[in-house]
Amino acid sequence: MAQEIIEAPITGTVISIEVGLGDKVAEGDVLLYIESMKMENPILAPVDGTVTEINIAAEQVVETGVHLMTIEY
Amino acid sequence: MFGLYESAFGALTWGNLVMLLIGGLLIYLGIARKMEPLLLVPIGFGVLLINLPLGGLMEVGADGEPIGLLAWVFRGGITTELIPAFIFLGLGAMTDFGPLIADPKTLILGAGAQFGVFFALIIALLLGSAFPDFLDIGIEEAAAIGIIGGADGPTAIFTASELAPNLIGVIAVSAYTYMALVPIILPPVIRLMTSKEERAIYMKPQLRNVSKREKLFFPIIGAAVIILLVPRSAPLIGMFMFGNLLVVSGVTERLAETAANAFMNILTILLGLSIGAFMSAENFLQGESLVILGLGVVAFVTSATAGVLLAKLMNLFVKEKINPMIGAAGLSAVPMASRVVQRMGQQANPRNFLLMHAMGPNVAGVIGTATAAGVFLGILE
Repeated sequence: MAQEIIEAPITGTVISIEVGLGDKVAEGDVLLYIESMKMENPILAPVDGTVTEINIAAEQVVETGVHLMTIEY
Repeated sequence: MFGLYESAFGALTWGNLVMLLIGGLLIYLGIARKMEPLLLVPIGFGVLLINLPLGGLMEVGADGEPIGLLAWVFRGGITTELIPAFIFLGLGAMTDFGPLIADPKTLILGAGAQFGVFFALIIALLLGSAFPDFLDIGIEEAAAIGIIGGADGPTAIFTASELAPNLIGVIAVSAYTYMALVPIILPPVIRLMTSKEERAIYMKPQLRNVSKREKLFFPIIGAAVIILLVPRSAPLIGMFMFGNLLVVSGVTERLAETAANAFMNILTILLGLSIGAFMSAENFLQGESLVILGLGVVAFVTSATAGVLLAKLMNLFVKEKINPMIGAAGLSAVPMASRVVQRMGQQANPRNFLLMHAMGPNVAGVIGTATAAGVFLGILE
């Protein structure tokens, strides 16, 4: 199966994670929110697939480029 | 025993009542709609206060000296231009030039989005000469109106207080309300100017890392170059760059903290109230005000359009295509314009994360508008 690595597009704090391991997601679904520059930024699923890996927890600070999640499709 | 006491009910005019509604509307937009509440609530309350007659808040003596509470604030802060200039100090302390330094070509987009300023100026001038009996708009007034298109409140007030002091209330309100309305005005303009494919153009999220040294030199060299080129931009650009230096120097955190928070908040209170208080029925309820509010929209829309078109033009020459929507963020409304672009970019392509890419032109737009104001002041005074 092909994998899609979700990376943090911006440095900030993870506010909430909207999906769990094994969840099916559709393209455009919100995976998590990162707060940065006083804004809540939704991170969206780029493909239809299944969440197979979650590397972060709420309230964690992430740097740009950090591997957040993996989606298999 | 009440004979000596004068209540204000008898002195209320229809104009006052209309203005009380407008004041109420501004407060409503701020509180219920959360549109720029930090500005619209003080402005709205200032409008209420001044349209309750006989309060004397904006009273000025026969010699022109202020008497009323807010008349003093207006004279001391707005007429002298102290408040808008110092607000730029706070803005500088809140601004990250990183995205602009990482991708300097976005400076061009910030400049392109000033097109609306000049376009609105020309339209205002034409209207002024077509209806001279109705509109008292000469080149100075037209320039002050045009600056609304920069989507930058303090710059608009700064320019108006210098070039068209009688229009300052309506120009300020128009600039700030349209800034608040950016999330409503921008999307249809962007949609009209771009195809879905263009909006979906992917830009790599990672801008190049900007070193501390670059960030340190930017405000210093930036101030020197811009002020040498456009000397009359010195009050705004000088304060803007100084505020930023307080942050990036790394050794003046206390000053940066104060500039971005306490100082900025004090200035915002004084600015909002006194601008609102300038909007008495006799100052505001004129045909000119409506025309200026209309020209403000024209200026906004043409600025955003020009930004998008310029980005498309740049795409003909660059290898890695830019998403043309970030051109519309050349409007200085920080960070509202960037946020709109970010949201629309994600809608068109969930992989896209354009926020930082849009911040470059957005911040450049602030510099561009302040510089355009400096050009106007230099030419017209």
